[in-house]
Amino acid sequence: MGKYPFLGYRRENGTVGCRNHVAIIPVDDISCAAVEGVASLISGTLPLSHPYGRLQFGADLELFFRTMIGTGRNPNIASAVVIGIEPNWTNKIAEGIAKTGKPVEAFSIERFGDLKTIERASWAAKNLVQKASELKREEVDLSEIIFSVKCGESDTTSGLASNPTVGKVIERAVAAGSTAMFGETTELTGGEDIVAARMKTPALKEKFMKIFNDYAAFVDAQDADLLGSQPTEGNIRGGLTTIEEKALGNIQKIGKEKVDGVLYPAEAPDGKGLYFMDTSSAAAEAVTLFAAGGSIAHLFPTGQGNIIGNPVVPVIKLSGNPLTVSTMSEHIDVSVEKVLTLEQTLDQAGEVLMNMLLKTLSGRLTSAEVLRHREFVLTKLYRSA
Amino acid sequence: MKPQFLVHDNKDNVGVAVVDINSGEKLTGSCLEDGAKVEIESKDSIPLGHKVALSVFKEGDKITKYGVIIGHATKAISAGQHVHVHNVKSNRW
Repeated sequence: MGKYPFLGYRRENGTVGCRNHVAIIPVDDISCAAVEGVASLISGTLPLSHPYGRLQFGADLELFFRTMIGTGRNPNIASAVVIGIEPNWTNKIAEGIAKTGKPVEAFSIERFGDLKTIERASWAAKNLVQKASELKREEVDLSEIIFSVKCGESDTTSGLASNPTVGKVIERAVAAGSTAMFGETTELTGGEDIVAARMKTPALKEKFMKIFNDYAAFVDAQDADLLGSQPTEGNIRGGLTTIEEKALGNIQKIGKEKVDGVLYPAEAPDGKGLYFMDTSSAAAEAVTLFAAGGSIAHLFPTGQGNIIGNPVVPVIKLSGNPLTVSTMSEHIDVSVEKVLTLEQTLDQAGEVLMNMLLKTLSGRLTSAEVLRHREFVLTKLYRSA
Repeated sequence: MKPQFLVHDNKDNVGVAVVDINSGEKLTGSCLEDGAKVEIESKDSIPLGHKVALSVFKEGDKITKYGVIIGHATKAISAGQHVHVHNVKSNRW
């Protein structure tokens, strides 16, 4: 057994999850009504409604399929029911998920209508929920999983306390053979050279810089002054003055680790270690992409108090800002405010967070889960045809 | 005694307030890197999380935090003053 054991679910393909959801997945916007119908009838199901999936094309369509299939493949999902308007794309998503060996059932609405589809899909969901409820947690190890990190509503306490605390967990987890992902391409602006210097090979460095420059060029092409909108008003209120300062605080999250790989959005890592994924810096979009890439738990440091959650992945929130910890306590799983008063070292804070990660992986519900924060937000690259 | 501000790196010329600071207070800070004590008198009120100048800046002087340059002074700043968007600008644009 490894250094950081916990109780998780072993899936058919050997991967390890920490939740046991039966997901009801709509292929497209117009199938959400049937999905919600099934979820309201069948206890223990998790609907993943979203507003897209029609007339997308090119790279945007590829990202859509990668995200939907990746989400279904996530080891936190025991089995899935896929519902779409027509059979072609519905089967494509269902077959992509089924490659993991987990049970998947697909239903299309044309030639049946919503009501018959809800009836058929509800029968399937009922059987899958009962089957999933028989699965038992077993002893597994942190080295067998992927987790992710991303911060939000950052302030200077993020750079002093909550982000470096996450950095400590990353250092320990990666040293113990685990896999972690970070992203937020645009928010690295001002510190991109530092991240580039962490890449283990020149090829990775080149790939990272191309992704970074392409994103910056994309923002420029919209006549938007990205640098002008950064730091945000919330960041400034918290004391962050420049984008360089914000980026440096952000980078504390990966500790002193080197980067083993660079991933496109929703892409799964091909090995172990620390991976950068090209993501938006919007919290719900980024966590949805990490989950599609196989992350089963997320560490979310916040300064001023971002309250995000995700339906598939438990989001563990930590803050070092005493005002946030006291006024928004229902959202905060771990307080690291004592780092600011030197009553707690970063090493100690890292240990507290690692324990909370292991407890959460073993089944403890996060604040975001209890408060029903289930933000499932697809990243769309451009408008549909 | 608990510090009123923290300094990330011993090369930094700004500290971060970890309590709300009033103007005219004698402040004690601590460097996270080597634990060194830093003392300074505040010349502005500085909210928790905001930065305090640890040295004197002329217009154009570099601001260093995390041991890295994070911007430059847009006007003269004296030691103990509040350092933020009103007297500092990014070097990126």
